Amino acid sequence: MLLAFLVVTAVTIIRLRDLFAVIMLFGLYSLLSAALFVALDAPDVAFTEAVVGAGISTVLMLATLALTSRHEKRPTHRAWLPLAVVLVTGGFLVYGTFDIAPFGAPDNPVHTHVAPRYLEQSAEEIGIPNVVTSVLASYRGYDTLGETAVVFTAGMGVLVLLGGAAGRLFRRRKED
Amino acid sequence: MQHHQILRVVTKFNLPLILLFGLYVQFHGDYGPGGGFQAGVIVAAAMILYALVFGFDSSTRVAPPGVLRVCSAAGVLVYLGTGVVNMLLGSDFLDYGSFVPEHPSRGEHYGILAVELGVGLTVASTLLLIFFAFAGRSESKGTD
Repeated sequence: MLLAFLVVTAVTIIRLRDLFAVIMLFGLYSLLSAALFVALDAPDVAFTEAVVGAGISTVLMLATLALTSRHEKRPTHRAWLPLAVVLVTGGFLVYGTFDIAPFGAPDNPVHTHVAPRYLEQSAEEIGIPNVVTSVLASYRGYDTLGETAVVFTAGMGVLVLLGGAAGRLFRRRKED
Repeated sequence: MQHHQILRVVTKFNLPLILLFGLYVQFHGDYGPGGGFQAGVIVAAAMILYALVFGFDSSTRVAPPGVLRVCSAAGVLVYLGTGVVNMLLGSDFLDYGSFVPEHPSRGEHYGILAVELGVGLTVASTLLLIFFAFAGRSESKGTD
């Protein structure tokens, strides 16, 4: 049911040319994904998807829209070659999914590698009830450190590219 | 947005609740769903809501971009610093057990709280900085 809604939203986004409506639909898409994550018992991911996808990125895209124009230009020619590339790549990806282990089977590699150890030992070794947090911050602490550094670097990158204007505006307001 | 009385009142009522929920997600992330990243984005979203309703100027007075820049770097340093303290205490980088040697799982708990704090700090301030960078551009386009 949720997946059907997702597909409908995605197709509508592709068809529409009014970018304002597209951004609103992106927000809706994120909210539906968040509901899907809740249905799959992943509240940690659903949290992030709802706030970042439906909230913050919508606002950021609206801010970008305020700087550009509201309507997408009509394409001047039909792009057959890219369509062929996309179809072939998509075909290979679908072919690849035939080799994926069946969903939820107990002998899948994902259930036999490190996951059981985390689930069984984390109560003793880390002592906190939320296994997601203990994997994220302790067992996989290096990865999360890297992610934090990525967030920081991304912010600095945006500041280097765009921050000049905000800084100038801020200083000018101060001088007034 | 100066004339939207209802929006302003509702925002004023909701902001403390959102911020409180952000703090709850930050410090309760080891018991319930959530953690530093989620808390950071919730706090950033609350501030963006404030900026949308009350304007760019008053929001940069609440959270000056200079302070945000320092916070953004400080979060990464808190994370790294936790690992370095572990090394100084004689164990591996980011091996939190060394905080309380006689009770490693309690040490893990403190370590997780510390690094989650660093993550939350970086995420919240970086997202706000990005938002201000965009909002500042559209503001200056409007005034020029």
